[in-house]
Amino acid sequence: MVELETSLSGVKLSNPIIPASGTFGFGYEFSEFYDINILGSISLKGTTKSPRFGNPTPRIAECYSGIINSVGLQNPGVEKVISEELPKLAKVYKKTVIANISGFSLDEYVYCAEKFDNAENVSILEINISCPNVHKGGMAFGTSPENAYAVTNAVKKAVKKPVYIKLSPNVTDIKKIASACEDGGADGLSLINTLMGMRIDLNKKKAVIANKAGGFSGPAVFPVALKMVFDVFETVKIPIIGMGGISSAEDVIEMMLAGATAVQVGAYNLINPYACKEIIENLPAVMEKYNIKNLKDIIGGAH
Amino acid sequence: MYKKNNYLVLSNIKLTENIFEMRLKGDTEYITKPGQFINIAINGFYLRRPISVCDLNEDIITIIYKVVGKGTEKLSTIKEGSILDVLTGLGNGFDIELSGDYPLIIGGGVGVPPLYYLAKKLSQEGKKVIAVLGFNSKNEIFYEDKFKKICYNTAVTTVDGSYENKGYVTSVMDRFNYTYFYACGPQPMLKAVYDNAKTLGELSFEERMGCGFGACMGCTCKTKYGNKRICKDGPVLKKEEVIW
Repeated sequence: MVELETSLSGVKLSNPIIPASGTFGFGYEFSEFYDINILGSISLKGTTKSPRFGNPTPRIAECYSGIINSVGLQNPGVEKVISEELPKLAKVYKKTVIANISGFSLDEYVYCAEKFDNAENVSILEINISCPNVHKGGMAFGTSPENAYAVTNAVKKAVKKPVYIKLSPNVTDIKKIASACEDGGADGLSLINTLMGMRIDLNKKKAVIANKAGGFSGPAVFPVALKMVFDVFETVKIPIIGMGGISSAEDVIEMMLAGATAVQVGAYNLINPYACKEIIENLPAVMEKYNIKNLKDIIGGAH
Repeated sequence: MYKKNNYLVLSNIKLTENIFEMRLKGDTEYITKPGQFINIAINGFYLRRPISVCDLNEDIITIIYKVVGKGTEKLSTIKEGSILDVLTGLGNGFDIELSGDYPLIIGGGVGVPPLYYLAKKLSQEGKKVIAVLGFNSKNEIFYEDKFKKICYNTAVTTVDGSYENKGYVTSVMDRFNYTYFYACGPQPMLKAVYDNAKTLGELSFEERMGCGFGACMGCTCKTKYGNKRICKDGPVLKKEEVIW
């Protein structure tokens, strides 16, 4: 028997697999495919203070081994997420979830964080300071250590639940941002968000995506993500949720060896709705193959 | 409900210069309405390709697709006997309950395929289906005979006048008395049909999709009834909810 259990700031997960924000909606729709209670947790669709339609379409472009999206934080707003989406999810998912929060000002981050702090089935707040698809806000907070510190600090002061900061890879040195978040009081870090990218339609000779560029994710970014998790693990003491192109149980183990305490699966959900289920089911056999008895023991093992 | 399964390619044949018909054998229980689509994984391409269901017989799904890029080009080279990974049962589909006795079906180009299964279902219900099928030119026409077999009346238009009625579908649709309409085709055609229609009806839209099952929010549009995902809440929208 192998042990899959892990924990994030005292929140126990039966396994480290978490569908990533923005690739799993508010979770309940995937229960049409399988019993989602097997998931370690779920990171909900990025939520803002006010409802957002998001960006114009087309919002999607395909790449070799990946996808570019420019959804632009479409969500019904924090009030509706709490009053409508969370109860729908609670009917089909009995574990606690991770609320993913975006904002355009410090006040907005704090506003949403306080709301989710009081939501029963939310156990971790994931603060997204790395959305590449909105002007101002989003990534603007995640590309300077000072701003990253300020957001972390403001949110931490306002809430009781563990605060994880989701970092952007679109920076010169992610370690500096990670340290700033740790100094600001972050309980953990999530990385990486998508890399900025674009495609051009040869027939139209214009960008495929209406907003021109978007966030690139999928297996192509896995080595980039792995390296960043590896580097950040050496820089901070707080736990890391590793993500970026994870598409197999082997990828999960690699990411944990680099330093992740849990992982998120993103783009892969979009091409295979059973992605997380298959990875969870494959994990024990892959662990046995590599003589791993307890997943917790391998965190950061590659250092 | 949706299903992901492997399907056997029974045939994959060229209907016109860039239009292909593929027949897939496998589980069809999750396809419940005409106008729904399937999402096909193609080796070497990250995203699946969403293609509407053209016909359904017990364990055989027929699709008709146009080669528009590298993914569909690769699809067109897949040999019979191959196995494809396909998600089925996607999209809301048309509502045949609302058709009345004389439903008008309007298709343009590669928008015609999903209307074939719709016409079949409606005529099985005893409705007198009127079909107006628009193509650019005579050499692009497909399925005309098949529609003629099941429809009460079938008219074909060609933009260049090389076959039957010269012009767009809207130049012909006024000739008929109909109780409801169903349309699928390029957006300018849908808009023209919407403006010309004398009754209520439904329009099937297209958008670049990520997942095809409602998770990524890649294909959202605004409607009078709120934001809708073309893949999950659509692709069929009621006439009264469409915002252009």
